[in-house]
Amino acid sequence: MPALPLDEAGKYVAAAYIVFLTLVVLYVAIMAMKVSRIEREVESLHELLDERGK
Amino acid sequence: MAASLSLVFFYAPLDADQGFIQKIFYLHVPLAIVALLGFIAGGVMAIKYLRTRDPSWDMRSYVAIHLSLVLAVGVLITGSIWAKGSWGHWWVWDEPTLVSFLIIFLLYCCYQPLRFSIEDPERQARYAAVFAITAGAFVPVNFIAVRLAQAFSHPRVLSTTGGNMPGEMRLTFYVSLIAMGLLFVTLWKFELVSKHAKFELKRLRRRLELSLEEGTSRGGAPSPPTATVPAQPIGS
Repeated sequence: MPALPLDEAGKYVAAAYIVFLTLVVLYVAIMAMKVSRIEREVESLHELLDERGK
Repeated sequence: MAASLSLVFFYAPLDADQGFIQKIFYLHVPLAIVALLGFIAGGVMAIKYLRTRDPSWDMRSYVAIHLSLVLAVGVLITGSIWAKGSWGHWWVWDEPTLVSFLIIFLLYCCYQPLRFSIEDPERQARYAAVFAITAGAFVPVNFIAVRLAQAFSHPRVLSTTGGNMPGEMRLTFYVSLIAMGLLFVTLWKFELVSKHAKFELKRLRRRLELSLEEGTSRGGAPSPPTATVPAQPIGS
């Protein structure tokens, strides 16, 4: 197949890089959610320890 | 990553044959190489687990395979986009490179269901390690088999003679490969730290709860949290 013109090829290139970026952002967002859950767990552990101290 | 993207769009020359769409190559190929290496690394870490029985190696192997699977999704999607632009089809079934990658992807898709179908953490880790080693060994075998097959449309980039890329393209490709590798290691470490923290928190909570229960059953003050707690499955 002959090379696509720039405006046509640009769509494919943009789509490929956006897919990659979306994947990375999604992955990092899910990890960030997990980390915030861990933070909440730490807080509840602190509360448990406080209860024990009373 | 920024350096790699700058080189891709401002330094690397346009491909004489494919034109601008060839820029996908600097994303798709490093992504595929890093994903495959991640699968192999998962297998190597699984060997380490079986040799040492240290659960941290099992966790490392699991995270490497999990992350490689995410990258493999990216490989399949970016590859399909490139195929559509270059060949006019989203997928070509008679192309060994594509089909072999799909087989590897589907093979590793079985890893997590297999892993989480086993409740006992020790057995879970052992079975997952055996799977990771077997599948990890399949990756280079598959790669060699594809290399030996005559490809009709998929170009060969890396060869013993260095391929047919001009210097600027080769430099851009290697920088992209290093960037992708660094991204993989960063995300791998990130997930590993998060998994480890979650794991340790669960153990701490159980120990605390156990010591609280012991303390209340004795009727006195709760004892310090010293009870040993069995290992937890990674996904729990």
